[in-house]
Amino acid sequence: MYPSELKYTQDHEWLKVDDQGATVGITDFAQRQLGDVVFVELPDVGRQLKQGEAFGTIESVKAVSELFAPVSGEVLAVNPDLGSHPEAVNARPHEAWMIRMKPSNPAELSGLLDASAYTALVK
Amino acid sequence: MVEFGGWDMPVEYSGITEEHLAVRTRAGLFDVSHMGQIELAGPDALAVVQWLTCNDAAKLSVGQIQYSALTTAEGTFVDDILVYRMASDHYLFVVNAGNIMKDHEWIVAQARARGGDVAIVNASSRYALIAIQGPRAEEILQTLTAADLASVKYYWFTTGEVASVRATISRTGYTGEDGFEVFVPPAQAERVWDALLQAGKAHDIKPCGLGARDTLRLEASMRLCGSDMDEHTTVVEAGLSWIVGWKKDTFLGADVLRRQKAGELSRKLVAFEIRDRAIARHGYPVVRSEETVGVVTSGTQTPFLKKSIGLAMVPVDLAGTGTKLDIQIRGRVVPAEVVPEPFYKRPGKQ
Repeated sequence: MYPSELKYTQDHEWLKVDDQGATVGITDFAQRQLGDVVFVELPDVGRQLKQGEAFGTIESVKAVSELFAPVSGEVLAVNPDLGSHPEAVNARPHEAWMIRMKPSNPAELSGLLDASAYTALVK
Repeated sequence: MVEFGGWDMPVEYSGITEEHLAVRTRAGLFDVSHMGQIELAGPDALAVVQWLTCNDAAKLSVGQIQYSALTTAEGTFVDDILVYRMASDHYLFVVNAGNIMKDHEWIVAQARARGGDVAIVNASSRYALIAIQGPRAEEILQTLTAADLASVKYYWFTTGEVASVRATISRTGYTGEDGFEVFVPPAQAERVWDALLQAGKAHDIKPCGLGARDTLRLEASMRLCGSDMDEHTTVVEAGLSWIVGWKKDTFLGADVLRRQKAGELSRKLVAFEIRDRAIARHGYPVVRSEETVGVVTSGTQTPFLKKSIGLAMVPVDLAGTGTKLDIQIRGRVVPAEVVPEPFYKRPGKQ
């Protein structure tokens, strides 16, 4: 269910680290709680985020919720497809990324949850 | 599941959007047993109903229904209700779940103060209520009943059996779509529910939760008592002058409502649309030069029209169609425009 190559937060974001940086989205648990997503509001590229800082909002028919940075760092890119296809967050939550970041503090990464810890959290 | 008026109810089954679209295009099934029923019977039943409610109940034939409100002496809402004329001296009110006790106490107290020979019973526990809504509703329900549904007009009811369970079948609903609300004894409700789901299978009927009920009613610009109006809102302010029986004798709140109709009105509930990508939700302020002048009472992104819409209470000088409104959404001012009601009108509605 929760891919093992991703890291997770208590706030139900996921983070995928690669050579160029890290990609951030929300988990399947989060999208199921929200229901049908209609808007995703994302930050400007270049913005410096602190771990835990709200960087955007995600709005479903049912509710509005903030998005929190899993780690500190600069916003390198935002997903351009979510503007026209916000429903992708419901359909493919672990692929429909929101921002790409350049983590500035590698130590923060070790504090994130792995797939089994996150699975236990949302059980 | 969420707590609603003392009931545990599902917000959604398969998803608000899917359920909403099922009702607009085919059929949806709602368990609305949380709604309350209060019955009034006796020689003075009509006189008491006329005093307690703002619409003109004398216009009702037996078998007919009207949208109305229980009003205070200030013309504000105790509750918005449906009034059913069950027999010449017997009326049934369908009231909101959260207001059952309050409404019952209010009705008993006001009837006693007024005087008259009428028995008043909170019959809510005697009825389960199942709503089948959508363009295929009649076709589906007809397979389970001998009652001739085509002859039941909008806002009329009949009695009969549904899936061999005795039922009152009412052509009403809270979705802006054609459909029926079926009153059955609670012990047989599950059987009727299952039979309707089964009968609707060929039409891809969907069970629907509170979420779709809210987006559907708002798309049809139907009010939600407690959200769009309450004991501080008059019937005229709520934009419901059409449910006031202006020609009838006096009733609770008549003086205030008549003055407001004549022009003494300071604020009004209006329908608005937002073109930006944002939803204005209940409680968000309407501002004018940084001052709060009104409030959003309901708002959503509607699955069928795919628009950001809502209702807001605003000063009358901002209430005209085409007026630009500024709504504050989480610190940002978003432009909206007052639009005519309803947002959605079903095709071929009489």
